[in-house]
Amino acid sequence: MATRLQFENNCEVGVFSKLTNAYCLVAIGGSENFYSAFESELADVIPIVKTSIGGTRIIGRLCAGNKNGLLVPHTTTDQELQHLRNSLPDQVVVQRIDERLSALGNCIACNDHVALAHTDLDKETEEIITDVLGVEVFRQTIAGNILVGSYCALSNRGGMVHPRTSVEDLDELSTLLQVPLVAGTVNRGSEVIAAGMTVNDWTSFCGSDTTATELSVIDSIFKLREAQPSSIVDEMRKSLIDTYV
Amino acid sequence: MSVMDESGMFNVQQTIGSVLCCKCGVPMAPNAANMCVNCLRSEVDITEGLQKSIQIFYCPECTCYLQPPKTWIKCQWESKELLTFCIKRLKNLNKVKLKNAEFVWTEPHSKRIKVKLTVQAEVLNGAVLEQSYPVEYTVRDNLCESCSRFQANPDQWVALVQLRQHVSHRRTFFYLEQLILRHDAASRAIRIQQVDQGIDFFFGNKSHANSFVEFLRKVVPIEYRQDQQLVSHDVKSSLYNYKYTYSVKICPVCREDLVCLPSKVASGLGNLGPLVICTKVSDNITLLDPRTLRCAFLDARQYWRSGFRSALTSRQLVKYFVFDVEPPVSEATVGGQKYALSYVQIARESDIGKMFYVQTHLGHILKPGDQALGYDIYGANVNDNEMEKYRLSVKNGLPEAILIKKCYEEQRERKQKKSRNWKLKSLPMEMDDSRGRVDPEKTDKEYEEFLRDLEENPELRFNISLYKDKDYQASETASMTDGEGAPSVPIEELLADLDLSEEEEDDDDDEEDMAE
Repeated sequence: MATRLQFENNCEVGVFSKLTNAYCLVAIGGSENFYSAFESELADVIPIVKTSIGGTRIIGRLCAGNKNGLLVPHTTTDQELQHLRNSLPDQVVVQRIDERLSALGNCIACNDHVALAHTDLDKETEEIITDVLGVEVFRQTIAGNILVGSYCALSNRGGMVHPRTSVEDLDELSTLLQVPLVAGTVNRGSEVIAAGMTVNDWTSFCGSDTTATELSVIDSIFKLREAQPSSIVDEMRKSLIDTYV
Repeated sequence: MSVMDESGMFNVQQTIGSVLCCKCGVPMAPNAANMCVNCLRSEVDITEGLQKSIQIFYCPECTCYLQPPKTWIKCQWESKELLTFCIKRLKNLNKVKLKNAEFVWTEPHSKRIKVKLTVQAEVLNGAVLEQSYPVEYTVRDNLCESCSRFQANPDQWVALVQLRQHVSHRRTFFYLEQLILRHDAASRAIRIQQVDQGIDFFFGNKSHANSFVEFLRKVVPIEYRQDQQLVSHDVKSSLYNYKYTYSVKICPVCREDLVCLPSKVASGLGNLGPLVICTKVSDNITLLDPRTLRCAFLDARQYWRSGFRSALTSRQLVKYFVFDVEPPVSEATVGGQKYALSYVQIARESDIGKMFYVQTHLGHILKPGDQALGYDIYGANVNDNEMEKYRLSVKNGLPEAILIKKCYEEQRERKQKKSRNWKLKSLPMEMDDSRGRVDPEKTDKEYEEFLRDLEENPELRFNISLYKDKDYQASETASMTDGEGAPSVPIEELLADLDLSEEEEDDDDDEEDMAE
């Protein structure tokens, strides 16, 4: 179910948070309202970590990750890195990479199986992505924009892209990513999808300007209506218990 | 699906898909606001802050609309000028872009004008929205200042120019009339009245009268004085209202007049023979001595210092037959005109028996058998002091005759062409019949002579506009079988009269020969 919220009166929720199937990162805000909204949805299911990256609060746009790992830019301080490693579950590999394009959240859009990357990304970075996140990487553009991480919000069940993406592009991307895609808007007609919302397999958070129409589109493409968190996380728990034994 | 373009690259065809309007959910093509037009319209009103109703003032007498503070613009109902005027009256219209404006029909006597404006403005993030809305104008009747002044006193003139020339003919005034028409100098005159020896021009403004007098000064030699009469006076603000009168006198010496110069003037001009012919009058007088072929120019000031009058005028011209012309003794070109001095044998038409052997300056155009017009000094009784003094002082006596111009009477009768292929326009003058001295036959004859004068003298036509006469039909005898016919105006000099009637539209061929 999609939730509407604001970070300090700003509707760009995807900038200040990062949501995956295994964890959730949240920026340190002036008030606790943002954090409590996430907590009320996700408290028992996945850990919610308050952090900053490189001293900034725009963590959603600086890091990229899925249930397997998390990639942070070179601007991350050692303390922050240590904090992340401590707070996140052990199977999530936290890796700091040296990349000229340091806003990894804008350059990489990924789910648990496949990732879209900025066309100018280094070859090494691509290899690291493949290793750490365990995904197949495709260099693509969306509606002529190279910042794929900003204009595309991706989960394992579906994805939403920039509203001006042509029908042929949509087909091509959908084939690559193996999920259904839709061109839509968020936050009352804003085209920067990933900055306006953040999503995982069973829930999503959008800016409070998002209209009912947009919300219904999000619900339908990411298949959030029937989803229950427990089914997915139980699978994870089972594998956890297996390893201890 | 994929198209090869000129550079040989594969270009995949892009079809833009549709997104849902973020407010109402209707599928639409994506735009800058990602909202359908109706939702955008309901969100934003670009006509906010624009004037929707306004008052304008209209003068029913002269159908003018007021543009404050003081200008009145003449417009027709529902015309382009009215539309421009209405749009100009709206404030704040520079904040949006005006795309289209048109009138909406209103009842003519409802005193309302409705204009529908279509404006474009940018909203939200770059989306351009177009909206149209009506503006209502309430028309209020208000007489403009000039109409109200006219209503109060219809005969209101402020300045009067009284133009007079104390001679017995009206040739100068015919010529002046054409000049004035050509230069549009009397366009601001309220009234023009023709009086006995001149014309009166009434103006509403002293400066108009002043500029008219300045114009006259440039075309004829004049002397004038200006007087004023107090009409009213406001004690508190010390404003005085006057009526101004300019008395303008035109020099009485005309073209083709014979003048006997007073001795002072003659010696001042380099001992020009006291008998001179006036050949041209513009802003200065050209005097030609027929015996020495010398010319002198007198401007207005010089003339009025002495103020001499002509001895003989063109009324007293007499017809002569030319029997013999001797080869020219000397030739001269003065002021663009060629003259040749030669001796001729002539006799008056009325008394062919008496032959005269005289000198003339027309040696280049006279041939034996011609007719000429000249002054009969031998037989005339000249009432001029200077002439008497000169007659007494000179040893050999005065020349018996002085020829002025060649006469084309015979050729005219031969031609049978009664009508001309050109005509002149005239000023809207009122005739002053109060004195009862006006003789219509005389004026017609003078006018006919004036027209003949124009035909014969190309330099006179220089400043005048001649118009093609539509009703003129060329007669069969028009072909010039005889070598020499009466002079007529060449067709290149005629202006086609601009006819704005709806049946025929004449193209304005302005074929005027300016080299003349």
